[in-house]
Amino acid sequence: MTITDAESPSTDLTAQQVSKVGDKVFSGLARGAGILILVTLGAVAIFLLTEAWPTFTNDLSEISGPDTFIGYVGPLVFGTILAATIALVLATPLAVLVALFITHYAPKKLAQTLGYFVDLLAAIPSVVFGIWGSQTLAPVLAESVYPSLEKYLGFIPLFEGPVLNSGRSMLTAGVVLAVMILPIITAISREVFLQTPRLHEEASLALGATKWEMIRQAVIPYGRSGVISGAMLGLGRALGETMAVAIILSGSIDYFWNIIGNENSNTIAANIALSFPESSGLEVNRLIATGLVLFAITFLVNALARRVANAGFSGADG
Amino acid sequence: MSATLTPTPTEPAADELRAGKLSRGHLAGIIAAAVALGALTWIPTGSVKLIRWIVVALLVYMVLSYVVSRVIEGHRQAIDRLMAAVVTSAFILVVLPLVSVVWTVVSEGAARFDTLFLTGTMRLTPEELAGQNDGIAAGGAYHAIMGTLIVTGLATLLSVPFGLFTAIYLVEYGRGKLARSITAMVDVMTGIPSIVAGLFAYALFILIFGPGTRTGVAGAVALTVLMTPVVVRSAEEMLRLVPNELREASYALGVPKWKTIVKVVVPTAIAGILTGITLAIARVIGETAPLLIATGLAQDTNYNPFSGRMTTLPVFTYYQYVQPGIPTEAGQDRAWAAALALVIIVAVLFTIARVLAKILKPKGLR
Repeated sequence: MTITDAESPSTDLTAQQVSKVGDKVFSGLARGAGILILVTLGAVAIFLLTEAWPTFTNDLSEISGPDTFIGYVGPLVFGTILAATIALVLATPLAVLVALFITHYAPKKLAQTLGYFVDLLAAIPSVVFGIWGSQTLAPVLAESVYPSLEKYLGFIPLFEGPVLNSGRSMLTAGVVLAVMILPIITAISREVFLQTPRLHEEASLALGATKWEMIRQAVIPYGRSGVISGAMLGLGRALGETMAVAIILSGSIDYFWNIIGNENSNTIAANIALSFPESSGLEVNRLIATGLVLFAITFLVNALARRVANAGFSGADG
Repeated sequence: MSATLTPTPTEPAADELRAGKLSRGHLAGIIAAAVALGALTWIPTGSVKLIRWIVVALLVYMVLSYVVSRVIEGHRQAIDRLMAAVVTSAFILVVLPLVSVVWTVVSEGAARFDTLFLTGTMRLTPEELAGQNDGIAAGGAYHAIMGTLIVTGLATLLSVPFGLFTAIYLVEYGRGKLARSITAMVDVMTGIPSIVAGLFAYALFILIFGPGTRTGVAGAVALTVLMTPVVVRSAEEMLRLVPNELREASYALGVPKWKTIVKVVVPTAIAGILTGITLAIARVIGETAPLLIATGLAQDTNYNPFSGRMTTLPVFTYYQYVQPGIPTEAGQDRAWAAALALVIIVAVLFTIARVLAKILKPKGLR
């Protein structure tokens, strides 16, 4: 901000008649682009609302599916949150450990390469993760992991079974989502761990702490808010992730707690991708309305993430 | 760092200080035991299951090193060793699926990653369709590759000036309410799910051109919504890094503000800006969902983004995988080859970004 403050007087000094036109045009362009951002976002909201509106004014019993919009979107919201929660629960602890490995355990030279590798993985298209999950991962999980889950943890409704033979169930979708958001959470955690003040770390070590005690005393408190906001960003990505879920899951509009069985709830995004090509008329409007609901959910999650991030590294003081 | 802090004992005292520590021999023994116990997982199935072996060996290593260290070194050191093992194992556990993704794509994709794949389309003649049943390779993704280039190219053309000017506004001009609300809205835009961007483009174009409109430019609009905030963020960050002295020196020479930005500020930050743009392209080039909705699918090459549906590489991958046709293998091989092409494109873009960052970095900076 000091940059712009310092400029204003000097611009006035140099602004001759000739250059004023150029300055005006250029600042107009820059301001116009900025305003266009606001216009675009407004347009996204308005066009989606316009197209979604018929859902609420028409009788939904004329088209397939539940009679009310809530009846339709409810199970989808449930499926979306369930898949994203599985992903988050699996990915966050692992991502933090991997970030610690890259920042504090791996040799310096290797760490840079690993960081680059992690960033690259964050950019692998979701459709690739999707076909990998359905062809490679699902059979492995169905064969060697899910039967034991059913056998030993079957008393929990989540693992009630019977196991779906193809393995293409909610839990598999959650695992694939976890693999996809891991690089994002890792990248952000790595960044905040690297920012831990060196003096905090050295003070801890100087008092005789072991490496792990140092990490617990200095690194983790300092990075906590960063890790949380990274996890929220990952959650935002998992909520909106479409193709991986669409390829793996064949869900239906209902509530299913059993995440390894043969009946699964669908997610909003996957449902749109799967149903959109064959929909027409009111069905399209209804899908767009579910898209708005998804937008609202991700908006809330992202707003929360920003709030946590802006709250700063308060953990360092405590 | 720990190396500088660990006291280096003088030679005679060395043995005493090492007395309560695990020696290399201990560690080698633990590792050997872990690997050997892991190998026992062969016995029930009779075949080598590499992943199971690794997992069991890691678990055994954790337990053994904790116990041995607890006995010899004490509680705190044991925890330290355990956590080091846990952290390292977590890393290995995470690398496994990621390596598996890359390996699967390369090994499955190689089968059909040939010249026919790069030059043919999915408009198949009856002879080619019949030939497929006898295992003769047919069909390619030329139309999808062209579609991806056209749609992503258009999105880049739209979002780079858009994003760059917004970033310039935020850094060089922006003050007060407008700038704050733009920053907030860029944040909101970053969080738009890709499928919602696709729905927006679809809704926009059916309102203008009538129901059922699916064109390349609609896909480009959807990608622009996703790409612009990424460009704004990275360009903003880079422009803020430009030292204020450069701007002031330019003003002192009587250069107007806009020329200062064009000739001094942007060229100084150009390495970072180009890197950011390349990474943004890499992000959107694999987007499937918005293009599925806004651009659709076509069997043949369509060079005109303003009329008719257009296939893109990610959408091609998706449809070849879920609707492979007959025989199934032919379609799925094409899907994997397309996935391989996508991964190669993303990797190339990443490498370009890295090289750009290196060669364009101004000598005076950092």
